[in-house]
Formats: sequence, structure tokens, C-alpha cells
Amino acid sequence: MQMTATVSSDSQTSTRSRVRGQSRLFSERVIESLLVLSGVISIFTTAGILYVLASETVQFFSEVSLVEFFTGTEWTPLFADAHFGILPLLCGTLLTSGIAIGVALPFGLLAAIYMSEFAPSWVQRTLKPTLELLAGVPTIVYGYFALVFLTPILQFFIPSLSSFNALSAGIVMGIMIIPMISSLSEDALRAVPNSLREAAYGLGGTKLSTIHKVVVPAATSGILASVILGLSRAVGETMIVAIAAGQQPRFTLDPRASIETMTTYIVQISMGDVPAGTREYRTIFAVGSALFAITFVMNLVSQRLARKFRER
Amino acid sequence: MTVYSSSRGVSAAAFALLSVIGCSKSEQTAPKEETPAKAAEPSAPAEKSAQPIAIDGSSTVFPISEAMAEEFQKKSAGARVTVAASGTGGGFKKFCAKEIAIAGASRPIKDAEVEACKAAGVEYIELPIAFDGIAVLVNPKNTWATTMTVAELKTLWAPEAQGKVKTWADVRKGWPKEEVHLFGAGVDSGTYDYFTKAIVGEEHKSRGDYTSSEDDNVLVQGIAGDKNALGFFGFAYYEENKEKLKLVSIDDGVKENGEAPVLPSKETIESASYQPLSRPIFIYVSKADAERKEVQDFVGYYVGDGVKLIDEVGYIALPAETYGLVRDRFAKRTTGSAFAGAGSKIGVKVHDLLAGK
Repeated sequence: MQMTATVSSDSQTSTRSRVRGQSRLFSERVIESLLVLSGVISIFTTAGILYVLASETVQFFSEVSLVEFFTGTEWTPLFADAHFGILPLLCGTLLTSGIAIGVALPFGLLAAIYMSEFAPSWVQRTLKPTLELLAGVPTIVYGYFALVFLTPILQFFIPSLSSFNALSAGIVMGIMIIPMISSLSEDALRAVPNSLREAAYGLGGTKLSTIHKVVVPAATSGILASVILGLSRAVGETMIVAIAAGQQPRFTLDPRASIETMTTYIVQISMGDVPAGTREYRTIFAVGSALFAITFVMNLVSQRLARKFRER
Repeated sequence: MTVYSSSRGVSAAAFALLSVIGCSKSEQTAPKEETPAKAAEPSAPAEKSAQPIAIDGSSTVFPISEAMAEEFQKKSAGARVTVAASGTGGGFKKFCAKEIAIAGASRPIKDAEVEACKAAGVEYIELPIAFDGIAVLVNPKNTWATTMTVAELKTLWAPEAQGKVKTWADVRKGWPKEEVHLFGAGVDSGTYDYFTKAIVGEEHKSRGDYTSSEDDNVLVQGIAGDKNALGFFGFAYYEENKEKLKLVSIDDGVKENGEAPVLPSKETIESASYQPLSRPIFIYVSKADAERKEVQDFVGYYVGDGVKLIDEVGYIALPAETYGLVRDRFAKRTTGSAFAGAGSKIGVKVHDLLAGK
């Protein structure tokens, strides 16, 4: 068609190509504005979330003092004698996340070192996707894994362990974030230039001492970034702790006890019958804001660290 | 955790959580497929277009309503009954907002709820349907706490106990110096209201540093896996989980009920010798909805033929002649509450109240 058109008449061709050019211009504009739109939608969503969080939180703090919120060690907003100290919830969150990182960092880092420095490529090709499968397991499955499988086993060794406890939830959460730590750390280790390794070998270093003294230190910022990202994931994790860690806000660092994390509290209230617009209801926005602030700062730090290692 | 309204984002997660726990409390019992075929000939085909009957409220009443709904749907073609468990307080909120036709309640309606319903123009018919006892439970490995007095329970649960009464030894001398882990029905439940009224003396007041859940299975799980746990919830949930839990017998210190501590059982709850923790439970039917044919049929079944199910699900049926009074009350559409006003009354005689004595 095109060919015949070109042959038959020159003038026609030029009009056509102009029309086609215009239509292409038009479709490109459409696509471009669609892209802008989708970008704007996500920005507006974030802004909307921030607005709702902030406005409800401000109302909450018009009724409850900031000092009580941040320093109080009792959290009983639903009871007749209401206390609004977030420390027990914060404590629960830090405890479970801490345990999770305690599990995920050694395993994740060792897996990363193995995969970047030792594993032959076929092992890598199978091991890496297998590890990443862990990240694909639904968290509710992890939650029940902790509650009905891991906790009874742990109770065999630690008889004083409650049936809901921070330890089991934290360990399982750690397993969940292993792939996050291992694959980010592996990237960081791989980004270490080979010249450094060769120089270390040249100085008579063994493989182990090279990894230990040269490669890992050179990748520190990337590894740290992965840890902070994993931590922020653990802080925001909801299902596992809601199922396995308990629902009792307790100001303790005892991993055997039943605790309540910030996320669990939000779940508990939003599924309960607390009427919207009351002070009890607004507690979840205040807790949500605190949670948001924590994960936001951690993500920022982690991004900055990650950029640092990429620059090198 | 309780409301499973689909409008809330979290509720999907909530539902998932609960259903895996092993008892999803909100069940949309749609008629079974074989049912219409079987029941089509005898029952009226006009019922096909019937509106679903929405029930919500107490998690204690839930198992009864659920069983009633299931059997009723098998009997009558086209009938649809949805049952959820938001706690008694949550149920009344929805009831007075005209969202549901029937509210299950493990305590009588409160003054504030009476007002809310009045303001919304909702009239209700109060029907006692069964007895329930609140069981106090410990782990089977707990060898010391076999009986407790009301005073000891008060020591443990009173608001003043928060952060102070921590170990078993604080409750009774000679008991281990190990931390007590407390589990109790959620603050929106009638069970909580009744328990606090009966034990602490003031409704809706207790310590706050314990695991409080509207989901009784969370409590069962918590107590079953923890040697130092103590908790309370409806007796019927104990019946379902007998092997994992151990009952504590209660001594109310009142001589007329017999001096010995009493274990909750069908007999002791029905005879009201298990005091102060046995109580009647109710359904509240909206008067406007009571005009609907399908609601009349369902309530008729609930307090008529369906009564046999009450025993099956672990509750204690009222005496037969009392059900007569209950049916009268519904037939006459008697609105208002014979029990309420002051909230939970301790140790009431259902028959006397219904008969207007």
C-alpha cells in the first residue's frame, strides 16, 4: 500500500506522512500523559495517606499529650483507665525486629558471601531463586508456621515460653527477610572490583582473609543498606506478629513473653468495634504515624547508603 | 478482633487470619446446593426471593445462631441467614444503626444502647435463649490453681492490680512466684462486661495489662500453650476444647449456694449454683424486621424446634416452660427489656423476669 502510494503520487505521500507524523505525535502525547498520570496518582496516594495520617494524628494529640505518648510505659487505650504510652508497643516492635535481624543477618550475609565468592555458577543459578522463594511465601503462612510449628519446638527447649511470644515470631520473620539481605548484600559484594581481590591475593592473602579483610569491608555500606531495609520490612511486618507474637502490650525485652507490636495493635483495633472518630480509634493513626516515621527514616538511610556503594 | 464488614480494608486480612486460626467466626451460610432440591416440594416457593437475615453481636451467642442458621436454611428453601460476631457491644451498634435484623447479646442491652436505638427509631424484642457460664481456665499443667474464690479473682483482675499483682504468689500465699499470664474476652464483649461486674464489682472495669481478644480461639490457644496462663471466656468454648484446658472451680463465699467451690457444668449453670458466673444470653430482634415473614420463621425456629441445637453446641437450654414465655413474648411483639437498664444483673432467674415477677 505504502509503496504504491509513493509511486503513484508524490504530493499525496507527503500529506500522508504529515498526517501520520501528526497521529504519531498525538499517540505519543497520549502515552506521555498516561505515564505522567500514573506517576501523579501514586504521588497523590502518598500525599493522601500522609494527609489522613497527619490530620487524625493531630486530633489525637489535641486530646493526649505528646509527653505521655512517648514516655508512658502503659498502653491500655480501650480500658476504663486509659493510658496512651507507646513504649510497650515500640518495645514489642523493636524486640521482634531485632530478633529477626539477628537471624537474618548472619544467614543472609553468609549466603551472600558463598554465592558471590565461592559458588560455581550452576549452584548459584539454583540457589538464588530457591532463596528468593522464601520472600514469596505469604506472611500468613509464616505466621502459622511460627505459632503451630516453631513455638512448640522452642517450648521443648524453653519451658517458660508463652504460646504467643516474640522469639518465635522474630525468628520466622528473620527467615522471611533472609533473601532480602542475601540478594542485596550479594550485589554489594559483586560490586567490589576484582582488582581489589587480586591485589589481596598478590599480597599473599588466602581466600578467607581476602573476603574477611577486603571484600566484605569494601561492601559494608551495601550490606548495611540491606540490613536497614530488612529491618524496616520487619518493623512493618504485620501478619506474622499478629498471629504468633500475641496481643498484650508489655514493656519488656523478654523474648519469651507475649507482646504486642505496633502493627498488631493497628490490626486489632481496625478489626474491632471501636467507633470511628473517637479517641480510641485515633490511636491507630498515632501509632501508624510513628510506624511511618520509623520506616521512612530507615528507608532514607538505606537509600543513601546504597547510593554510596553504587558510586564507588 | 471482630468486625468483618467487607467495607474495611483490613477485614480481608482479618478474615484470612481468623479462618486459618481454625474458626472463622463470620460465616455466610449460603444454602447448600442440594437443599433446594430436597426441600423444594414441601416448603413455599414464594420464599425464594426472601431477603437475607443479618445477625451479628456476641461471640458467645454466635455458635448458637450459626447452628440455627445452618439448620434453618436446610429446612426452608431460599432462606439466607448471615451470622457474624462483633461482640455484644459491636452488635448493638449495628443493630441500632439498622444494619442487622437480629443482635446476639451475652448481657442485657445497656442504657446507652437503649438510648441509641430509641434515637434511631429502632424497637427491639428481647428474647432470652439459653444459659451460659463464664469459665475460668488454666493450663492443664497448672497443679495449684484448682479452686479460686471470687475475692482472689478480684485481686487478680481489679484495675488496681495493673502492674502490681504479677505472680501467682500475689494472689494466694503458697502459689508459685511465677508471673501470671492473663487472657480475657475483649472489652467489647458481653462476657467482659458480665465478668467485670460479677468479679470486680463494677461493669467494664478491669486491669488492662492482659491479652484481650474478641476471638475466643486466640484465648484458647494462649492458655493451652502456657503453664502460667489464666483466662476467662464462655463455658461453651471450654466444652469445645476440653483436652487443652483445665477448669477452675469458683467459691463465691455465699452459703446459700453451698459452701464448696463449684465447677461450671451444665447442671451447675442451669441450677444457678455456679455463681456468680452463670448468666442468661439473648437475641434482640428488631420490631420492624419482625414483620418480615422469613424473620418470623427464623425466630420461630430459634426459640421453637431449634432449641434442641442449643445443647449440641455446648450451651444450656432454658426450662421448657420458659421457652413458652419467650415464644409468647415474640408472638405479642413485646418490645423493651425485662432484664436491662442496669446492664448485667448477677444471678437472675429468667423465668421470673419474663413472667413479670
